[in-house]
Amino acid sequence: MEKELRLMKGNEAVAEAAIRSGADAYFGYPITPQSEVIEYLMAQEPHKRTGMVVLQAESEVAAINMIYGAAACGKMAMTSSSSPGISLKQEGISYIAGAELPCLIMNCVRGGPGLGTIQPAQSDYFQSTKGGGHGDYRLVVLAPASVQEMYDFVEIGFDLAFKYRNPVMILADGIIGQMMEKVEIGPQKVRRTMEEVIKQCPWGTTGKPTTRERNIITSLDLVASRQEAFNLKLVKKYDEIKEKEVKYELINCDDAEYIIVAYGSSARLSMKAMDLLRAKGIKTGIVRPITLFPFPSKVLFDLADRVKGFLTVEMSTGQMVEDVRLAVQFKKPVEHYGRVGGVIPSPEEIVNALEQKIIGG
Amino acid sequence: MTEEIIIAGFGGQGVLSMGKILAYSGLMQGQEVSWMPSYGPEMRGGTSNVTVIISDERISSPILTKYDTAIILNQQSLDKFECMVKPGGTLLYDPNGITRHPERKDISIYKVAATQKATEMGAVKVFNMMVLGSYLKIKPIVKMENVIKGLKKSIPARNHHLIPMNEQAIEIGMKEVQQV
Amino acid sequence: MAEITIKDIIKEENLVYKKSKVLTNNTMSYCPGCGHGTAHRLIAEVIEEMDIQSETVGVCPVGCSVLMYNFLDLDMQQAAHGRAPALATAIKRLMPEKFVFTYQGDGDLAAIGTAETIHACNRGENITIIFVNNGIYGMTGGQMAPTTLKGMPASTCPYGRDIEMMGNPLKMTELVSHLAGTYYVTRQSVHSPANVRKAKKAIRQAFENQKLKRGVSFVEIVSNCNSGWKLPPVKANEWMVENMFPFYPLGDIKVDGQLVTK
Repeated sequence: MEKELRLMKGNEAVAEAAIRSGADAYFGYPITPQSEVIEYLMAQEPHKRTGMVVLQAESEVAAINMIYGAAACGKMAMTSSSSPGISLKQEGISYIAGAELPCLIMNCVRGGPGLGTIQPAQSDYFQSTKGGGHGDYRLVVLAPASVQEMYDFVEIGFDLAFKYRNPVMILADGIIGQMMEKVEIGPQKVRRTMEEVIKQCPWGTTGKPTTRERNIITSLDLVASRQEAFNLKLVKKYDEIKEKEVKYELINCDDAEYIIVAYGSSARLSMKAMDLLRAKGIKTGIVRPITLFPFPSKVLFDLADRVKGFLTVEMSTGQMVEDVRLAVQFKKPVEHYGRVGGVIPSPEEIVNALEQKIIGG
Repeated sequence: MTEEIIIAGFGGQGVLSMGKILAYSGLMQGQEVSWMPSYGPEMRGGTSNVTVIISDERISSPILTKYDTAIILNQQSLDKFECMVKPGGTLLYDPNGITRHPERKDISIYKVAATQKATEMGAVKVFNMMVLGSYLKIKPIVKMENVIKGLKKSIPARNHHLIPMNEQAIEIGMKEVQQV
Repeated sequence: MAEITIKDIIKEENLVYKKSKVLTNNTMSYCPGCGHGTAHRLIAEVIEEMDIQSETVGVCPVGCSVLMYNFLDLDMQQAAHGRAPALATAIKRLMPEKFVFTYQGDGDLAAIGTAETIHACNRGENITIIFVNNGIYGMTGGQMAPTTLKGMPASTCPYGRDIEMMGNPLKMTELVSHLAGTYYVTRQSVHSPANVRKAKKAIRQAFENQKLKRGVSFVEIVSNCNSGWKLPPVKANEWMVENMFPFYPLGDIKVDGQLVTK
């Protein structure tokens, strides 16, 4: 069969992937720069294509709680938003993590804090990778750097969410969401039947038959010792995720003397900068974390033995740089370069930053 | 081959759709493509621009500060992007409403009076296709058959009867373009 | 005459009342005299009588009834404060043949969850909402609720609710009755046998209505909080009749999608 290629926006690719991956539901609330997700879904009428439920909720708060309700039935549910809306969802995300429910959340990050700007940023790294809401929990965070990855990470994200019964976040930004690129579209997966849902998720609240005890979905335990045990169980799960699910891309690292660490659209900008640097004879490589949690610490730790320094490029005032420093453990200098508030760093600026902060420094 | 293009003009001139058809044409002939619109405050001033990259290789940054080609449809965009064309690059513009014409000597400059021509023909809606035709005359990076395929993909099926009109506009643009 | 033992008494023919099988054997955590226990029992009995235990999913709130899942033998979800109608919306839309209900107190439904309540009602979700209104925040220790009466004391209005300063008590049930998406809206109480019977009938109606798919069935139960009100149970009920019912009058407000004219 000839593969189907389409030119799509990142936001549209996420929406199409949700339908194709056999998702049961999408609940969301419009916000720039990701409103195309729900617009595309509504235009596609997925209730006719696959029976998927799509609903525009009254708020981001309601939307994430609809996700909770759906996920607690073992259903494949996703939501998307952009930074201010993701902040609103944090309460629900914490409950979802606390109740160990699988779901997918896409954040098309824009500049902040507050209402900020509608233009691209990567300033929600801390929020996404360190918890975000209250309590000790982690999300699995995937960082797409292309529209194809926006598409692919939906199915991968759902798989991880169900494998670990944990919320998964696709951390994109306004560039990835708004740009169009070539996307190879996968085949339509059939949505699970109710019997299959119950088989895959025997813990789901699908109505208590006489053959089992009642299923309760809650994040509450008033007995401190039991809550502690639960927290430690989560730690064990996160440790397993750290061991098994780290993903990253190495670009020209074999002979590199300098490493740029960048994820998402910053990695794309950095690839251009790398070309410019190599044209000047400066052997530069890129480590592109694909999972931000779990973070690819080991590869950075190992690279530190044979390179001269690291520059992180982020559209933030310096967030991932802390994880890179932790990974490198002061073996080599690690500096940060970023533009913020919706300003996008140019490849030339990245070149200058590496020359001044790392080579010159 | 990598071609990095900025298309800029007023909102409503079909800047984004021209870029989309160009990108789709590249996709139809098996190339890597990216299409990145401005969606920030610039839109509020009525200007609109899109960066289109067509390449045989994996595309790095979808956002650029230097372009192989600038396709310019208003004065603000000319003022902003003329200096961003790479030395030896190409600038194509429509002189309609332009009071300060391009001045650089180290790039190739072309013009097409597409606004005037489209108005004369009563075909303002395909104005952007004339400009696209002019560009393809200068830089035939995509084959015409792939442009038609791209058009079919970009235009909703209910408007496919308009494709011959678009094709004709592309041909007119190819004829009308002049080197300055 | 032989002595009668307890074994002689516990016989099928002597049975006049038994616990619903939809209730668990866990001891309820509610204060003696609280209406929650009765409300739980009525829901359990209705579900048992309709034979829909395996078809029912409940959503409990944050508040005194946060642990409701310990007392009802049903699949249940515990929602964040105020969000139960959002959860119920998703559950019902994804499993339209199931019976879905929320059980919410006044703080949950009428303060922090106002938006979710109004919008679920306005969309006409085919769910049942049981709203227990006792005019106070019981679980957190007797703070003012959106439904606290004018002049009524609470720990955050120790001198009584001052309308100018704290605003008016909110008649959420009347409010939702005016939304096109509600099909059945009623206000009941569980403080006397007669009222318990009426409340059970209303809850039964609210569950039966889900088969019609015509929108939200909304049952308010005006209840007491003898701990929060600082009154013994009997006195609390008397106070409720004298003070709560005049402001929150009992009876049907909307039946079969039509407002009841009085």
